[in-house]
Amino acid sequence: MKKNFVIARIIKPLLFVSCLVPLALLTWNGFTGHLSANPISDITHETGIWTLRLIVVTLAITPLRQITKIHALIRFRRMTGLFAFFYGSLHFMTYVWLDQFFDWQSILHDIPKRPFITVGFASFVMLILLAVTSTKKMIRRLGGKKWNMVHRLIYFTGIGGVIHYLWLVKADTQRPLIYGIIVLALLAFRVWNYCSARFSAHVVLSSREAESV
Amino acid sequence: MLIKKPDDVASSEITDEKTYFNRRSFMKTAAVAAAGVTAYSLFSKKTSLTFAQDDNSWKPANPSKFNTTEALTPYKDVTTYNNFYEFGTDKSDPAENAWRLKTNPWTIEVNGYVKKPATYHLEDFVKPYKLEDRIYRMRCVEGWSMVIPWLGFPLSEIIKRVQPTSKAKFVAFQTLYRPDEMIGQRRDVLQWPYVEGLRLDEAMNPLAILAVGLYGKTLPNQNGAPLRLVVPWKYGFKGIKSIVQIRFVENQPPTTWNLSAPNEYGFYSNVNPTVDHPRWSQARERRIGEFFKRPTLMFNGYGDQVASMYSGMDLRKYF
Repeated sequence: MKKNFVIARIIKPLLFVSCLVPLALLTWNGFTGHLSANPISDITHETGIWTLRLIVVTLAITPLRQITKIHALIRFRRMTGLFAFFYGSLHFMTYVWLDQFFDWQSILHDIPKRPFITVGFASFVMLILLAVTSTKKMIRRLGGKKWNMVHRLIYFTGIGGVIHYLWLVKADTQRPLIYGIIVLALLAFRVWNYCSARFSAHVVLSSREAESV
Repeated sequence: MLIKKPDDVASSEITDEKTYFNRRSFMKTAAVAAAGVTAYSLFSKKTSLTFAQDDNSWKPANPSKFNTTEALTPYKDVTTYNNFYEFGTDKSDPAENAWRLKTNPWTIEVNGYVKKPATYHLEDFVKPYKLEDRIYRMRCVEGWSMVIPWLGFPLSEIIKRVQPTSKAKFVAFQTLYRPDEMIGQRRDVLQWPYVEGLRLDEAMNPLAILAVGLYGKTLPNQNGAPLRLVVPWKYGFKGIKSIVQIRFVENQPPTTWNLSAPNEYGFYSNVNPTVDHPRWSQARERRIGEFFKRPTLMFNGYGDQVASMYSGMDLRKYF
């Protein structure tokens, strides 16, 4: 009970506020003149990079939980995921509003024609699906198994986010590649987990078979 | 650096937005208003509107007939928002790191198919010419643009001085390679040293200049000190910075961005709104300090001076 209280009333609100810090800083810098000569580009980049960072944090929770055995970590996953969606929405709005200024013709032309925008947009659509199915009600409606299946979309969102970043840089691929390595490592952990679980199940099964013989 | 002045509400750019309001349909008014407020707070507090007025009170001492009358991009923006990968790949990196570059002494080697090859000290190289203030548009391949008052002299003057032979068909330029000072060269993001090139007739075009300054002052390191090329009808990366060698050659010379991504950056790289970069559109650009994008002009608006050099060429093929 005490642990629940600490998580719900202290850690969660702190996490919530921390997730808003990048937006607060960006806003502050915007209004005090600390962005570059091209503020729209800065806003696009900052909201985009925080979307990717929060996707990475969300993807890291399960591995962290298994490694550290701090199972309560799972209780923060929805919040970081929803904040990834929040920054993704800001990123998309920056593109539609500040960058293109609701020039739908140009936007509809861009989305299929520019591969980095296609991938970015697809990842955003996946984030929307993840966000709308994130409620308790939706978990109940879909059932745990189906819900888990749907939420594996986050893997593709992570990969899509990295590709989106990689395809937009001109020559310096260092940063997108670092994110790529992190996302791949987090996915590899799951593959390894899955394989070792199957292997141990197989071992248990075959040892049982051996016993029965 | 520059001294910040308090905000001034009166500005031509605000009026532009009002005009824009009237043109928009009622449905969009709310969005426009919100964007207007956002844009105003983003742009006015910062640098653009206020500095634009300060910087626009600067008058060229020796103006050129090629000058544009458009509002100048503020000095602060011109000198803090740079692509100069020798000092790092972020726009703010050159302004932070370029102080390491020692531009004195500086020598420029001119060689290849010329009657008078020579190695010059910078002062001797520049001394014979009367410096002009050339106010040019600068369109970056990334989709943004500036209006910059360069201080320099026509490249053709140098060409006349060294007298190319009939074999010389192209001019190849090379940037300094000095990773101790150009710390971006410690990573092989691009092939170093940076190289660029022009066809000889392009180099002879009166618009092509070698710049040694901007806003009437010595060129800051982050803008390509002490000597850089300015070819305003081409994308910004053609304007090679911190030049140490000019070579007259027979065949089309390699160019850095073309080596890096041949399908994205051609040798010519003329500003052309009808030929998109493979990954993004080149139809419009954002002028630094403005909110709304503006259409990109063919040859960056210098068609009268340069279009004839490319007549009969398929600009889709020779992008």
